[in-house]
Amino acid sequence: MAAISRDEVAHLARLSRLAVTEQELDMFAGQLDVILQSVARVGEVAADDIPPTSHSVPLVNVLRADVPQPCLTPADALSGAPDPFEDRFRVPRILEEE
Amino acid sequence: MSESLITSSAAELGARIAAREVSAVEVAQAHLDQIAAVDERVHAFLYVNADGALAAARSIDERIAAGEKLGPLAGVPVAVKDVLATKGIPTTAGSKILEGWKPPYDATLVERLRNAGTVLLGKTNMDEFAMGSSTEYSAYGPSFNPWDLNRIPGGSGGGSAAALAAYEAPLAIGTDTGGSIRQPGAVTGTIGAKPTYGGTSRYGLIAFSSSLDTPGPCARTVEDAALLHAVIAGHDHRDSTSIDAPVPDVVVAARLGATGDLTGVKVGLVREFSGEGAEVGVMGAFRDTVAALTKLGAEVIEVSCPHFVYALPAYYLIAPSECSSNLARFDGVRFGLRTGDDGSRALEEVMSLTREAGFGPEVKRRIIIGTYALSSGYYDAYYGQAQKVRTLITRDFTSAFEQVDVLVSPTTPFVAFELGSRTSDPYQMYLADLYTIPANLYGGPAISVPCGLASGLPVGFQVMAPTLADDRMYRVAAAVESVMGGLAAPAL
Repeated sequence: MAAISRDEVAHLARLSRLAVTEQELDMFAGQLDVILQSVARVGEVAADDIPPTSHSVPLVNVLRADVPQPCLTPADALSGAPDPFEDRFRVPRILEEE
Repeated sequence: MSESLITSSAAELGARIAAREVSAVEVAQAHLDQIAAVDERVHAFLYVNADGALAAARSIDERIAAGEKLGPLAGVPVAVKDVLATKGIPTTAGSKILEGWKPPYDATLVERLRNAGTVLLGKTNMDEFAMGSSTEYSAYGPSFNPWDLNRIPGGSGGGSAAALAAYEAPLAIGTDTGGSIRQPGAVTGTIGAKPTYGGTSRYGLIAFSSSLDTPGPCARTVEDAALLHAVIAGHDHRDSTSIDAPVPDVVVAARLGATGDLTGVKVGLVREFSGEGAEVGVMGAFRDTVAALTKLGAEVIEVSCPHFVYALPAYYLIAPSECSSNLARFDGVRFGLRTGDDGSRALEEVMSLTREAGFGPEVKRRIIIGTYALSSGYYDAYYGQAQKVRTLITRDFTSAFEQVDVLVSPTTPFVAFELGSRTSDPYQMYLADLYTIPANLYGGPAISVPCGLASGLPVGFQVMAPTLADDRMYRVAAAVESVMGGLAAPAL
């Protein structure tokens, strides 16, 4: 049985903000199914009472002193922006038109 | 003259520059000439910093002439993987989504390279966002293995490794998330070291999988790798996962190993990596090297790490999960590509069109896999379970290191494969990382050092050490180098 269907891949692509083409969906559906069936092997390990590891370094809440530090100028911060406007990042409209 | 400059080790070059036997400008020019002569065929570089390199070299020569005492690598050229931010110098991460982007700041590593007086030669090719084992997923076309131009130079850092093997640079920087420094080192006959996670700063490293990404040195000798390691390692307050602990003396350890004495060193063979799925020639070169270590006085013990066989599947859940989150920043707002913004479309549609146009197929596959593994209903079975397996792999390492000082294995199951032979089946590509991934999940250091040829192509020997014992892996790797010798790619 397939681990993932073409429709599910299309749904995940939408969630991931990827406007994938029909051809890509055809290709990805089969490939992702092979990958997911392979990685599902992690389920063979009996690990109910095992704590998860998210990170190999046991550090939490690393903070620095609350002292001003040098940082980018507005011009530097905007230097790579696709559409800078008066020291800001201009974006397309967020809401659909009424 | 210029041939001896490009084939010299970084240590030799640094000493000769300091003694004013040769100028940093001559050394930089010799490497730029070699790049001009061969890179059309090797394609190791995405950007050659010719003017910047010569200007930096000139400044080093002036400082030395003025009597300044500089570090051992002052004036030595270095190539940097294109995933580290370089101020004012294009940085693409191998992706179209960052084409033309010039970062407004330097990564900590790049800053340290400049402070050490090294000369930035250029930016090297890589699989897009460091996802791949061959550089075939670079949006700018693959790099080619100097040993055989029909074969892959490994990945994701294939550009850095190919640049070393083709004598285009004596030193290079890579990043290792699942083997992206070590596997390219193995298949090009060069050295690649992944330091302890947190031992080198990630500030200014374009993130792929933040809990695994580790920058490190690439070189043609173990001593050179250690010298570069010493320059880039150490605590950085700008990286919250950076370890605030002294860096072990890796240079002394490499020189100790080069004496060829491993008396009292316990070397562990991982039973689970004893050859299944590996090429016969790779296993042969590996076993010969283990036998040689015994002659140097090492005690070889077989140890079991029963969960290592689950490292690959766990990694290919954890890394895509983290990447699906990290790559959300490429949304066409603050930097990089924006596509489809013709005034008629809303933000979400522009984002989707931008990401569709800017990302290549492997990046899309991993984002989709990660989104799946993190979604409710699948989280426990996939991402959650992979994190538990990560705990068990860490325990395997901890208990193994109670019995032995280092663990060894082949670096990768197969020698350099032909371009195009694994791209249609992504999982076949993933198998290149079979032996390198456990060290990433655990966080400890690991190095690949050449250990001979199979079918005329280089084989890598991997040495893994406990967290923060980076010196130990350099000692054993240098001992391997002292008996197996370095490898030199045929002239191009």
